Amino acid sequence: MRCRVCRGPAIIDIRRHNANFCAEHFLKLCRDQVAKAIGEFDMISPGERVLVAVSGGKDSLALWDLLLDLGHDTDGLYLGLGIGDYSDRSHRYARDFADRRGAKLVEIDLPGDYGYDVAGGAKAARRVPCSACGLSKRHLFDRAALDGGYDVVATGHNLDDEAAVLFGNVLRWHTEYLGRQVPVLPGANGFPRKVKPLVRLGERETAAYCVVRGIDYIVEECPMALGNKHLGYKDALNAIEVTSPGSKHDFYFGFLSRASARFRVDAAADSQDLHPCPSCGAPTTAESCAFCRLVARAGGHHPVAVELSPTRPAPSVTRP
Amino acid sequence: MMVLLRNPRRQIEVSGAMQVSTLLARLEINRESVLVIRDGTIVAGDGWLADTDDVEIRPVISGGFDGPAHRRGARP
Repeated sequence: MRCRVCRGPAIIDIRRHNANFCAEHFLKLCRDQVAKAIGEFDMISPGERVLVAVSGGKDSLALWDLLLDLGHDTDGLYLGLGIGDYSDRSHRYARDFADRRGAKLVEIDLPGDYGYDVAGGAKAARRVPCSACGLSKRHLFDRAALDGGYDVVATGHNLDDEAAVLFGNVLRWHTEYLGRQVPVLPGANGFPRKVKPLVRLGERETAAYCVVRGIDYIVEECPMALGNKHLGYKDALNAIEVTSPGSKHDFYFGFLSRASARFRVDAAADSQDLHPCPSCGAPTTAESCAFCRLVARAGGHHPVAVELSPTRPAPSVTRP
Repeated sequence: MMVLLRNPRRQIEVSGAMQVSTLLARLEINRESVLVIRDGTIVAGDGWLADTDDVEIRPVISGGFDGPAHRRGARP
């Protein structure tokens, strides 16, 4: 395999581009794709302060690295979720990256600061763990961005994430969520602007970016996420991608250009009647916001032991 | 060669030199979902692996998701 740009030995093939790249030109491709996404969707203007949601995984660390290299003014925000050894190791990767790049990492600890961990919160609120986790992240990222005077929150959602979410929303025709599935959510009604600069990169590319750049990240899946529907949707889309390269890209970007606007009415209807939560001031349509209700039910909840051995069946491996 | 697999972490032995694409096909692993790494460097699909190599097949699929199905009826 030869690099499409320089004809040197390639390290990676990207079949949806029908091209191979050497390490140097692969990194350039990643930077170009992120810059293109930022420009195409008006994500970040020059001089704006960006808060990057950092988990210690490949996507968020690649995003932070790319935004720094593209000259954006960024700090990271790490949220400790209290998922045992998994959280400890994730935290180390985030902190080591920040130290190496001389960047500022803001840290929030869910058990220490709010009295519950993800497993305990999920149990107390009768939610699945990914729901308690997502709710906590959204609320605390928003609050940290507004309190810290940041113009925008950047998250590491990549093309595979967006295609899988779209797949799930279409399967169940969640029209209000389809109306909100855009790479930029404008800041309004007490919410900060949120952007997804990695939407033009697949997760194989963000992982490869980290390997080539020498960025250490947590490789293991979150033990709470194992076996969830989202991972199943990704498997299904990857099975299609093998025989039809570019399918995930066409599915997602075709949706944005041809269908997304049709669902905005549903999303707008879902956002009516927003008012400040009387406890914390966050926008809500209920008496108090979902985060305050979660804290009220789960705060002080005893930590729940996390089973770190995977429950998801490993891919079948046949010894030759 | 010794092959490190993840989720769960385990090591298997595969005999003979072969191309990366052959190794993945033999292990029934979707090429879209992994990187093959040797000595900290990614090896392309047509790259050759020696019988004496130590390689890692690193999954790239990750992420939990707080989807609508989880949030149905929940208000912000």
